[in-house]
Amino acid sequence: MRIVVPVKYVPDINAERKFVDCRVDRDPAVGTLNELDENALEAALRIVEALDEAEQETSEIVALTVAPPEGDVALRKAFQMGVDRGVRVSDDALAGSDYSGTTAALAAAVRRLETEGPVDLVITGMAALDGLGSVVPALLAATLGRPSVTFAKTVAVADGTLQATRETDEATESLTAPLPAVLSVADTANRPRFPNFKLIMAARSKEIEQWTAADLGLEPGAVGTAGARTETTLAAPRPEKPPVELVQDKGEGGKALAEYLIRHELV
Amino acid sequence: MTNRTVLVLLDPAGEVRPSVLELLTIGRTLGRVEAVTLEAPSVEALAQLGAYGVETVHQAELPADLRGDARHLSAVVAAVLTAAVRLTDADVVLAPSTFGAKEAVALAGHALGAGVIIDAAGVAEDDAGHVVGTKRVFAGSWDTVSRVTTDVAALTVRANAVVPQPAEAAVATEVEGFAVAVDAVLPAVTARTEKARDSDRPTLEEAAVVVAGGRGTEGDFGPVEAFADAVGGAVGATRDAVFEGWFDRYIGQTGVTIAPRLYVGAGVSGAPHHRGGMQASQVIVAVNNDPEAPIFEICDFAVVGDLSDVLGQAAEVIRAHKQQA
Ligand SMILES: Cc1cc2nc3c(=O)[nH]c(=O)nc-3n(C[C@H](O)[C@H](O)[C@H](O)COP(=O)(O)OP(=O)(O)OC[C@H]3O[C@@H](n4cnc5c(N)ncnc54)[C@H](O)[C@@H]3O)c2cc1C
Ligand SMILES: Nc1ncnc2c1ncn2[C@@H]1O[C@H](COP(=O)(O)O)[C@@H](O)[C@H]1O
Repeated sequence: MRIVVPVKYVPDINAERKFVDCRVDRDPAVGTLNELDENALEAALRIVEALDEAEQETSEIVALTVAPPEGDVALRKAFQMGVDRGVRVSDDALAGSDYSGTTAALAAAVRRLETEGPVDLVITGMAALDGLGSVVPALLAATLGRPSVTFAKTVAVADGTLQATRETDEATESLTAPLPAVLSVADTANRPRFPNFKLIMAARSKEIEQWTAADLGLEPGAVGTAGARTETTLAAPRPEKPPVELVQDKGEGGKALAEYLIRHELV
Repeated sequence: MTNRTVLVLLDPAGEVRPSVLELLTIGRTLGRVEAVTLEAPSVEALAQLGAYGVETVHQAELPADLRGDARHLSAVVAAVLTAAVRLTDADVVLAPSTFGAKEAVALAGHALGAGVIIDAAGVAEDDAGHVVGTKRVFAGSWDTVSRVTTDVAALTVRANAVVPQPAEAAVATEVEGFAVAVDAVLPAVTARTEKARDSDRPTLEEAAVVVAGGRGTEGDFGPVEAFADAVGGAVGATRDAVFEGWFDRYIGQTGVTIAPRLYVGAGVSGAPHHRGGMQASQVIVAVNNDPEAPIFEICDFAVVGDLSDVLGQAAEVIRAHKQQA
């Protein structure tokens, strides 16, 4: 079983996030592994751990990121959880990529990994917490020509088939797909493990493979700013809210709340 | 350039939900609006489409094996949107910002070479005639403006972007079928159970008023629901409350993203994950018994107190006020 887990390097949602020149500020001081990709890593690890020993021996989990060099933070975290390899695709030509450029780079990297041997599963998080697009997994599946099973809540792999259940806005669904496939897991799919001391130590010295756009045969015009089909022309912080009007309930708090809503014509 | 053709996704087609009425309203500011469906629209839906100025509904005719549960797969919806754009030579595709529609719009954009904007909070055009989407990002703390640089633009738009407005004059609406081939590699849908929708309350995604309950309810959503009904709002929860089994749908970055006129959080601490899905609300109100609750930082108005006392009393005053009016 070979599994590729695309992981994104994003600003920590607990930190102050900002834009610089209309791009997400990827300040290393606040950069981290997209938390929802921990669920993807956990899903991959569990699938491999459920195999028999001989199959585990030949299995490989590769964490893959399209990011500037600072993005190694995300791969180190993936090593700490237990993945075997880390690959970073970095290139000035990739800066400013939109969904189509990011997907093209991720798909090209999966194809390159495939020259070494088949990739059975690509497992992503349900969303990157910076842009909250939730569209890269489906785009990746379409680009690779594989079935896509997204937002999975339960996952099982047996006899070359992926089985999953999910909750969509409209329904509860059960899906199956033959491998190779692309899977995205919801935050409800599992509880990501904490790395143990041994893995944390080992993660420090693991080598990160670095590929460029040229290594992947990406046309410079198809990715980055040049290939983008949208252009962000303005990014501005919202004006600060006036301080909260805080009422201590001494028996009249509900009345004060109702009056506030009535006064502002909100009910 | 208002001679554009704008396609609005209507799926399901049994009713025209408020979020779709918003899209039709937005669409009319950009050009002529037409609807795309994957099934026959109901009589009520057709009447509403007519009132909103839609003369043509393009109803997809799917291959027989995709007419069942598989037609809800985003790759199938994407194939329908792609074919509809090619058929009508449309310039803009608009869909609501549900997880499924986001995928479908992105996939259609991919197939068409179109620029894609996900989760727009507003759609307009700039001086050069480009379609422009505004977004509220980073948990509502930043606004961005992006323009689509390709001929075709595909966007999903969050609910409560505009107030729905019928067209000046209603029109007659015709349904035209069109054949759609799907060449995507699809998973098999082995089971599908549609969720029952609470018809007495507005849906969480679309409501103008949302009341959310958190861990502070200690499992009793009674006061939250009673207050929501007094103000005519939808009910939501935090992820923790859903994990406890107290309610079924949560608001937040990984749950439902909302931007209503009014959000009321009761027994909700205001964790970053929760904020990410509601901080773009116009007015934020909270009831929490901890004077240091982080949610107060983003509130317009808040009461420090026990939620059942405060919500109960507030509901009573509001009901009395409504009876007078
Ligand atoms: C990857 C990931 C994704 C997540 N996504 C989401 C998401 O999308 N949405 C989401 O909501 N959460 C999400 N979470 C969880 C989130 O981090 C918080 O744990 C959660 O939002 C807290 O829920 P809460 O406010 O109900 O509970 P708590 O943080 O425990 O807060 C309860 C509040 O109730 C108050 N309270 C207690 N009793 C009373 C009373 N009688 N009257 C009034 N107030 C009272 C307390 O003072 C406290 O402030 C996510 C977590 C992770 C790790
Ligand atoms: N630049 C990237 N590098 C690696 N993985 C990514 C990247 N962007 C998105 N992904 C993957 O796609 C998922 C969904 O991202 P998005 O569609 O951007 O919300 C993430 O959880 C990641 O698994």
